[in-house]
Amino acid sequence: MTLLVNGQRHTVDVEPTTPLLYVLRNDLDLSGPRFGCGLGQCGACTVIIRGEAVRSCVRPVSQSQNVEITTLEGLATNGQLHAVQQAWIDEQVPACGFCQNGQMLTAKVLLDKNPNPTDAQIREGMKGTLCRCFSYYRINAAVKRAAQRRA
Amino acid sequence: MSAPSRRAFLKTSGLMVASVAAVSVTGVEAFLQRGATPAAGPYPDVDHLQLDSWIVIRPDNTATFFVGKTDLGQGTGTAFRQIMADELDIAFDKTTCVMGSTDVTVDQGGSGGSDALQTDGYPMRRVAAEARRVLLDMAAAQFGVPVTALTVSDGIVTTSDGARRVTYGELIGGKKFNVTLTGRNIDSTTGRAPLKSVQAMKNVGKSPQRDDIPAKVNGTQRWAVDMKVPGMLHARNVRPPLVGATLKSIDDTSVKDVPGLVKIVSRGNYVAVVCEREEQAIRAARQLRCEWTPPASRPFPASDDLFTYMRSTSPSSVGEPVVEGDVSAALAGAATVLEARYDVPFQGHTSFGPAHALADPSNGQLTIYSNDMKSYGMRTGVAQFLGIPKEKVRVVWMQGPQAYGRTAAEDAGFEAAFLAHELGRPVRMQWTRQEESGWDTKGPAYAVTMRGALDGRGQVIALDFDARAADFNHVGYNEADTVLIAQLMGQRKAQPARGRASYPSDKYGIPNRRMAGSVVPMPLAWETPVRMGNLRDPDGPQATFASESFIDELAVAAKADPVAFRLALIERSTADDSGFKRARSIACLKAAAEKFGWDPRPAPKARGTGEIAVGRGVAYAFRSQTVAAEIVEVEVNRRTGRIWVKRIVCAHDCGLVINPEALTRTLEGGLLHSVSRALYEEARFDGTKMLSVDWVSSPTLTHADVPERIDIIQVNGDPNPARPDLPHYGAGETVCKPMLAAVANAVFDATGVRMRRLPLTTTRVLESLRA
Repeated sequence: MTLLVNGQRHTVDVEPTTPLLYVLRNDLDLSGPRFGCGLGQCGACTVIIRGEAVRSCVRPVSQSQNVEITTLEGLATNGQLHAVQQAWIDEQVPACGFCQNGQMLTAKVLLDKNPNPTDAQIREGMKGTLCRCFSYYRINAAVKRAAQRRA
Repeated sequence: MSAPSRRAFLKTSGLMVASVAAVSVTGVEAFLQRGATPAAGPYPDVDHLQLDSWIVIRPDNTATFFVGKTDLGQGTGTAFRQIMADELDIAFDKTTCVMGSTDVTVDQGGSGGSDALQTDGYPMRRVAAEARRVLLDMAAAQFGVPVTALTVSDGIVTTSDGARRVTYGELIGGKKFNVTLTGRNIDSTTGRAPLKSVQAMKNVGKSPQRDDIPAKVNGTQRWAVDMKVPGMLHARNVRPPLVGATLKSIDDTSVKDVPGLVKIVSRGNYVAVVCEREEQAIRAARQLRCEWTPPASRPFPASDDLFTYMRSTSPSSVGEPVVEGDVSAALAGAATVLEARYDVPFQGHTSFGPAHALADPSNGQLTIYSNDMKSYGMRTGVAQFLGIPKEKVRVVWMQGPQAYGRTAAEDAGFEAAFLAHELGRPVRMQWTRQEESGWDTKGPAYAVTMRGALDGRGQVIALDFDARAADFNHVGYNEADTVLIAQLMGQRKAQPARGRASYPSDKYGIPNRRMAGSVVPMPLAWETPVRMGNLRDPDGPQATFASESFIDELAVAAKADPVAFRLALIERSTADDSGFKRARSIACLKAAAEKFGWDPRPAPKARGTGEIAVGRGVAYAFRSQTVAAEIVEVEVNRRTGRIWVKRIVCAHDCGLVINPEALTRTLEGGLLHSVSRALYEEARFDGTKMLSVDWVSSPTLTHADVPERIDIIQVNGDPNPARPDLPHYGAGETVCKPMLAAVANAVFDATGVRMRRLPLTTTRVLESLRA
């Protein structure tokens, strides 16, 4: 099976039903997407496919071929952090940081679709991505900061 | 099996060093940096009485601090660098900090009790001050001048005439101090050098960015969950389907078609599958057919019947009450007597990342890679559990998900160690979401009865707190006989732990007061997912929910403003303790009220008729030496029952603040965790199994609930804030205490309805509004 991840082509030999998450983590040695629930409920495993935030823990690897997959590792360009990542540092968002892969990628997709979201739109757009250190307030501020940065 | 070389090990571990100048590093990198530490083992205790165990200075004039704490995302690692850089007189950005790996850092116990700065910060400061003293002595000898003729800044020693200079790196870089320290225990470790006055500390009170954040944001962080070693296997547990069930048989043929299956391991009621690949282990665990004999009796009541059960069951232990005056007599002669009951359910850690660990026995020793906040305890516990010498075991602490107390990370560490020991190969254990939500340790349920009395002038003359905590058989940290695997294997302590009930912590002057607590047992003490363990400010939120809600009820009865009512109660007593908690309580309440724009009036607010009812609530508590006063504004939707905590003000006094920005974020997180506990969290179960097993059945606060505004005010209410020894107290858990009551008090203010059972779900709100 061939996967296109962060601009690089990889061939892997795995069961087609294997969730994409385990292939990214165990075969391609990426640590951005993480296991949080395996049920598509929390967002820890988020990757970007065709401009959408996708939960890789419930997506079979067989359905992930021939599409560009972006993980947290692929967010920066030419060594320059993405505006969302820089905003996350400027706002000092993460506590434990385990959920922040999903938070940043979901925020990136949100801003791609809506470059200047209101507080209510951020709450709505991010609400399926959980954080148990409860860094939500800072994430909200960081999303707005990233929006300004991109503007 | 031969030990992998360090180079091979690091290559396969996928280790990456972040490109930022100064980062905290895990133990893996630590032994690279130290060089001298043998990776091959054994792994003896690090000698806390050697200065070299704490500080390494390199020829390039950089320093690395080695401390026995873990940083779970609060920025304590950055704060340690700040205070140690100050005492050492080296530039902050020339320092790094290695934390919590048992073979390279002294045993400061890892994290716990929010005491990293309050307790452990002092030996750190003293050893850094001692290193400075030794370095100045070396410079004095080199220049042939007295130490008094030298100045030092940013690791550069200069003679007073400015003629000669030498760096710390030139004095000792790459060499050992060979200085012996003194102290009866690690907390009292000291050299001969005095500490600086806190006013002379340059980095203290500043907010350098947290050094762990860049790697967590740019994707280079390697977490415990990312560790890989050659020949590593993947394991999953198979838990009893009914709590208390006994394993009868395992049908090996049910998994014979699973590729990569290495072994089915079972002992007692503990069952795990081990496979070459992770998805294979997931499949094997799902597919394995086991026959279980259901328990003869119910392990616990249904969670809906919990409080009836707790109030009607004989306690297994009764604590020593704290008594002042004569409560019964005061109640008998009072103008007004109030009584109310408050119920807080079991609430779990429910870590965002299910428990995990990797154990590697391939060098004939045992290395465990874990995010458990108490790595040293894990080392001791695992050695005891497996019956191997402690020196053969090391725990490498690495970053991981949410770990505010005694989490299942400990259980997973023991399981990985057991399986690796059994198979003689590295094994990575990963819990499922269902295991994490169902089987992690729980904060105990509380059923509290409060009674209070006012005299004819509305003064509180009696207060009685009587708690029943379902805190039977509370598990300790990393105990070889209470970790889940030990319980399932049938290991038992001679006596279940008796547990305890917490009392409120406030500075109210009430002449007749009694605080009493007892513990009620669950029918099943062992092998139960209703395992009590420390959860962030263990038992404080439960006890404070009752006491601070009830103080509000007394204020209502007295027709008094709830802030003024509390201030008057604190001001009634005049005695203060050495930490000035009374004075600092007053300062925090006043600061919170001022920031909120509190206009004095009794609750509830005059009722509006709209769909949205708005109210405000206050609550306050202290923990150890740290004080927090919290005010919230809530909106209650009368149609949907939804509560939105729209605004939070928290005034917080933990003495000297090292890193104000990192502290602010830690407190924001703790406050919102407590809002989550107030509104959403309950570990639910029927009479046979857990019902809260994922994020649908076990809801938590989400982005949809983010307050519009959070204000943290860092107060220093010390009567002499300029004193040179101004203490740095602990921070973190204190803010978890008052919030549950503050929210319920605000709901009362908004609606006139007093809610005394948590969580304040939409269903419960609607029921209460209708009643």
